[in-house]
Amino acid sequence: MFNPTVARLTYRGLLGRRRALVLFALPALLILISVAVRVLVGADDSIASSVLGGFALATMVPLVGVIAGTGAIGPEIDDGSIIYLLAKPVRRPTIIVTKLLVAIAVSVVFSAVPTLIAGFILNGNSQGIAVAFTAAAAVASVTYAAIFLLLGVVTRQAVVFGLVYALIWESLIGSLVPGARTLSVQQWALALAQKIAGEGLVTSDVGLPLAVVLLVGVTLAATAFAGQRMRSLTLAGEE
Amino acid sequence: MTTLSIDHVSRWFGNVVAVNDVTMTIGPGVTGLLGPNGAGKSTLINMMGGFLAPSAGTVTLDGATVWRNEQVYRHIGIVPEREAMYDFLTAREFVVANAELHGLADPGAAAARALATVEMEFAQDRPVATYSKGMRQRAKMASALVHDPSVLLLDEPFNGMDPRQRLHLMELLRRMGAEGRTVLFSSHILEEVEQLASHIEVVVAGRHAASGDFRKIRRLMTDRPHRYLVRSSDDRALAAALIADGSTAAIELDWKERALRIQAIDFAGFTELLPRVARERGIRLYTVSPSDESLESVFSYLVTA
Repeated sequence: MFNPTVARLTYRGLLGRRRALVLFALPALLILISVAVRVLVGADDSIASSVLGGFALATMVPLVGVIAGTGAIGPEIDDGSIIYLLAKPVRRPTIIVTKLLVAIAVSVVFSAVPTLIAGFILNGNSQGIAVAFTAAAAVASVTYAAIFLLLGVVTRQAVVFGLVYALIWESLIGSLVPGARTLSVQQWALALAQKIAGEGLVTSDVGLPLAVVLLVGVTLAATAFAGQRMRSLTLAGEE
Repeated sequence: MTTLSIDHVSRWFGNVVAVNDVTMTIGPGVTGLLGPNGAGKSTLINMMGGFLAPSAGTVTLDGATVWRNEQVYRHIGIVPEREAMYDFLTAREFVVANAELHGLADPGAAAARALATVEMEFAQDRPVATYSKGMRQRAKMASALVHDPSVLLLDEPFNGMDPRQRLHLMELLRRMGAEGRTVLFSSHILEEVEQLASHIEVVVAGRHAASGDFRKIRRLMTDRPHRYLVRSSDDRALAAALIADGSTAAIELDWKERALRIQAIDFAGFTELLPRVARERGIRLYTVSPSDESLESVFSYLVTA
């Protein structure tokens, strides 16, 4: 279920495009903010928690997920170069799983790792906050990568839909409509952070068992569906 | 694995019929798929390449269904019409990646061989993004040839190529055909197909219009009535002299246009007759223009023939 050549092409394509700059800019911004906060207010557990929860997990992780997930396949489908992968005796689900693994790896490197660094800068992992949010960022990265990869397969406007989901659904609707939070990758990931961090510093609207089921279920379902869609991917002529 | 069979294949998009009940068999040698733009050539090639499901009918390669069967790609090489490749790679990296995807034992050697076949060694270590159209086409060819396929499908391979690149690619395809491979290329330009293909399939408006040896099809095309618009210093005298010859069928004096409308039935005879008659009678020709030479009219004549 893994093809090293597909992986190589995918990751070079991901990091070789201009939108890859966002991959570097967002973590850099997070670390910059963390340094500024630490210098200005010193180490504070609840501030560390709000920076990591409010910026890292709520904004940076989904945005990196959108870029890595849709970027792992969308551009190739758009410009037609995917034909060079499809016209090969390689099973289509293998192509999807490989691309998903690359998208996950890129997301984790560009979101979970910076979250850990930022956490240590903010309060030196006091109350386990840095590790808690890093774990949340990592599991969220996996699910986001799967969702946005599927979006990249099914629609040409994957980036737009991804941004709408990441910014409007996760941030706006989630803060206005409490029920919507149950259907939020961010809340599922927070359930894990809540378990790891010290009492009362992180709260999630979803219980951990349900969160795990949803994270795993959505990831698997999105991947399976993307693999299915790949099998009958149609490349229409330009006539 | 050498014979592609298209059996009663139709393909529609919504309520637009792109390919309408086409049956053809493509065997070894070079076959040209000829038709005007929008005739359904790309749709057909996409179905032959397994990138589009037929709405009805079957496409098979020596009996094996092509759609949703990635094993057929061991035998098929595809040169797509679209330009995009992995532009950030060099041609060598790109062709090696293709060889790896085919699971070849020695991808490096296979890629070197394919790049030599298309004579691209000189630029193989430059990124594809820096290539001209013709070089891209050759890099695409190398990627399609890397696993030594017995079937080669090319969608409008000559589009945008300069004459020298065109000759080079024709020579290459001719060689592939002579080696016993099944080579199918699409084109909307009659001369291209005529120079290269021993066998022609003509598609017009989604229908299979003609099939066979190019000489036969060429004759069909040249033997159709040709219409010309001619202006001269003495239209009446010219008309009288021309109608006396068997190569013309009808001549009309168009007073509004101040011109002759001539219908010729013997193309070769008429093209020789007109300047000779004009010279003999001292008539000056101001305009000689074919009035129905558009490809569409040629093709539509073929459909009714």
